[in-house]
This record gives sequence, structure tokens and C-alpha cells, in this order.
Amino acid sequence: MDQGPIDGALRDLSPQVLGVLVRRGADFAAAEDAVQEALIEAVRRWPDELPAEPKGWLITVAWRRFLDAQRSDTARQRRELAELEQPAPGPSEQHDDTLLLLFLCCHPTLSPASAVALTLRAVGGLTTRQIAEAYLVPEATMAQRISRAKRTVADVEIGAAGDLGTVLKVLYLIFNEGYTGEVDLAAEAIRLTRQLAGTGEEPEVAGLLALMLLHHARRAARFAADGSLVPLAEQDRTRWDEHAIAEGVVLLQAALARDRLGEYQAQAAIAALHADARTPEETDWPQVLEWYDELARLAPSPVVALNRAVAVGEVDGPLAGLRAVEQVPAGVPRRDAVRAYLYDRAGDRATAHELYVAAASQATSVAERDHLTRQAARLHD
Amino acid sequence: MAKYLLLKHYRGGPDRTDYGTIPMSDWTPEEVSDHIAFMNHVADDLRERGEYVDGQALSPDGTFVRYDGPGKPPVTDGPFAETKDLIAGWMVIDVESEARAHAAAAYLSSAPGKGGEPIQEWIEVRPFLEEPKFVTD
Repeated sequence: MDQGPIDGALRDLSPQVLGVLVRRGADFAAAEDAVQEALIEAVRRWPDELPAEPKGWLITVAWRRFLDAQRSDTARQRRELAELEQPAPGPSEQHDDTLLLLFLCCHPTLSPASAVALTLRAVGGLTTRQIAEAYLVPEATMAQRISRAKRTVADVEIGAAGDLGTVLKVLYLIFNEGYTGEVDLAAEAIRLTRQLAGTGEEPEVAGLLALMLLHHARRAARFAADGSLVPLAEQDRTRWDEHAIAEGVVLLQAALARDRLGEYQAQAAIAALHADARTPEETDWPQVLEWYDELARLAPSPVVALNRAVAVGEVDGPLAGLRAVEQVPAGVPRRDAVRAYLYDRAGDRATAHELYVAAASQATSVAERDHLTRQAARLHD
Repeated sequence: MAKYLLLKHYRGGPDRTDYGTIPMSDWTPEEVSDHIAFMNHVADDLRERGEYVDGQALSPDGTFVRYDGPGKPPVTDGPFAETKDLIAGWMVIDVESEARAHAAAAYLSSAPGKGGEPIQEWIEVRPFLEEPKFVTD
């Protein structure tokens, strides 16, 4: 059997199986190790012989691994073991488990990178090797990161309600800052956010999902064949994914109708306005600017102020845009790139050139650096 | 998380004393072993913290090489003139913040040298250029 569907099935089942073990009384760290071992065994065995009941198979194997690991411990644990070996049957509330696991894996005591690693492992069902490959670190390093994360949350009560805002930040981080290797982290973030959106009624979760879908829709147009970055205004919009856009827009409209606005809904609204324009010239910039004003109210930050300044430049002209950028503190990423763009629009090629050179030296990615260098070269007279 | 390259030169410490003035071959064997053990310990510590990506020691041999035109063999230049800028080795780490990268470099810099005293060697710290973020507008 092809590996693809097996991987997909395992990723869906793994947090469910973890939830079952935890509900039976296994502590999170030991349960997570046991599930991981069952996953590895499934990857080895299922291509040759797919079980009739994959979920039941995983639960049986994981539970057996858990008990074996416990048995190699002290007599005290043997007492607890006697209770555990008679597990109480119960319904596996899949959605509740996902949310509780997310609260644990995204606990505020964890650093962002630790939360990302633990979430991808325990909720995403990815193996350590897959996560290591996705973040370009050795497998042993990622294994340590996950181990340490589990120790950090060892005393957190698994049933306790957590902070949804922190969960959304972690999911956004997975979407925004992962590489694509064997595992597509952006797609994984969408999958996990979709699972979360299915659990409840929070419009910000739907807002985040809409935001991800609307940005993901542009993916095929972001880079040219030679790997160079293509800015939004120059992207071939026929390469945008219309289905993803449509779904994002529907989700966003439903969320907005709940009248509980939040930063992810506002960001999604901006993305939707861009997605709605068949050409860059048709972009409803006044509306975009209004949404940036909302976003600045909901989640003020220098980055928001900078992006808002771009919108001001589109609505009121580049000089107004430059005045708006002046309010943004120096040192904010892309500030010089934005100024360069606005000076260019205002007709001051010399200043634009200088600023593109400066911006290129501050770029944090090769693609961005190359793009800015090309802009500087274009304006070199 | 961000990746940083930590470059160890033969740069020496605060007085910019090259290793060349007190080369390791003039230390006691125990001082040499302690220094090497410390370097290994730093790598182990980074592994344990889930931050270690790679590390290499480099031979002091090497040359500069350049193209010399069509049909001509490459031109070489060496040995390296400025001993203190010679790269002795490097480590790549993946850490939560620039502050953490600096702390790791400072720890590496405290490796013991002659007399067991920390060398306080300058370590060059360079951030990687990585993947662009998905959301840019």
C-alpha cells in the first residue's frame, strides 16, 4: 500500500490514540512515547499488512508498549499497574481530546519552538524524524527538544483549560515559519487548525483558518521557476487556488457574522480583499486601510503599522505613505524596503536605490535579499 | 528558532593574543586535554538542550584559490597571512533568540587554556539567511 494514505491515516489517528491512553490514566509523557513507538511499528508493518481496524491496532500496540515500559519500573508502579490493566471503557471524544492536547502542547511555559515540536509530535502525529527534517536539525536534537518539552509540562494537569490565544500563536508559527520538505508544514498547520475549528465556536479559530487558507492559496504564485520571490503586485493571479480562497472567504464571513472581531479575522479580511481583486489595480485599498486601522486597534505592533503605511501609500499617495512610515520606529524589519518602494513610486529613484541596498543587507532570507538587490539594480542609473 | 554559525578563529582573547604566542603545543598535556574535553562538553550541552545542529574542526592547512581565466589552471595563494583570522572550526546551533546564541558563544569562549584560565577567545556569530516567512503582507 502506498505510503501517503498510511501517513495521513496515522497522523489523524495518533492524537486520538494518545487521548485514549491518557483517559485510561497513563501520564502524558509515557503515553506519548508509547504512541510514537506504535506509529513507528505501524509504518513498518502496515504497507505489507493493513489491519482491519487500524485505530484498534494502534491502541492495542501503544497500550502494550506503555505497560511494558511501566513494568520495568518500581513496585509502587506495579500497584498502579493493577488498576491500569483493567481500563474502563469509555467513549473517545476525539474533538475534546484534540483541544486538551493542544492546550498541553502549547502551554505558556513552553518556548515557541518547544511548543511547535511537541504539537507536531503529539497532536500532528508526525515522527521525530519528520519534524527534524522539516526544521533542518538532526533527529537527535529534535528528540531532545521534545523530551525537554515533555518534562516542562509534566506537572500540567491534562484536563485543565488552557489559553486558546497561545494555541493559535503556535499554529500560526507552524504555518508561517516552516520549511517544506517531506512534510508540508503549512498544510499541516491548516489541518490542525481545521481540527481545532471543528471543536467549538470561537470565531478567532475560524479567522486563523481563513487567514491560512487565503495565504496558502497564493502559494503557487509566490516564487518564479528560478526560485526568485514574486511580490503580490506581480503575482500571476491565475495561479491562485480558487477553492482555497472560496473556502477562506466563507469561513471568514461566518466568523465576522458572530460579531466578535479578533486579530486573525482582521488579518484574514485583508487577505480576502487582496484575493478578491482580479488584478492589483482592482484592489480595494481604502477597505484594506480600514481593516489595518482595525488590526492596529486589536493587535497594535510596529509591523502592523508598517503594513498599514503601505496601504496609506496606495490610498493617499506615496508621500502620505512615507509620512506614515516615519511613525514606525527604526529597526522594524522591512522598514527600509517599504520606504524604498514608496520613494520609487514618488519618482525619487536615487533615494529608492540607496534604501533598497540598505534593505538587502538587512534581509533575513536569501530570496528576500536577492529580490531587494534586483530592485536596487533596476534603479541604478 | 533561528540558526547561527559560531566561528572559532585563532584569534585569542581580550588582548588579541594569537594562539601563536602561546601555542597549544606549549601547554601541559593536561591543559590540552582539559581544553579539548571542554569543547566536547559544549557540544554535548548543546545536544542536550536540543540546540546542536553541526560542528567541525578544520585543519590549519588550506589556501585561497581563484579562477585565472579560460584554459588556465586555478591560482592558489597561501599560507594564510593573518594567523588570527584563520578559522579553526565551527558550530551550527538552532536557538530561540540572538541572546541565546550569544550565551552559547560566550560559553564556548570560556574554554580553559594555559594555566587552566579561560581563554576568553572571540567567537564570530553569524545568523543564517533562512526561508522567507509565508505571510508578508
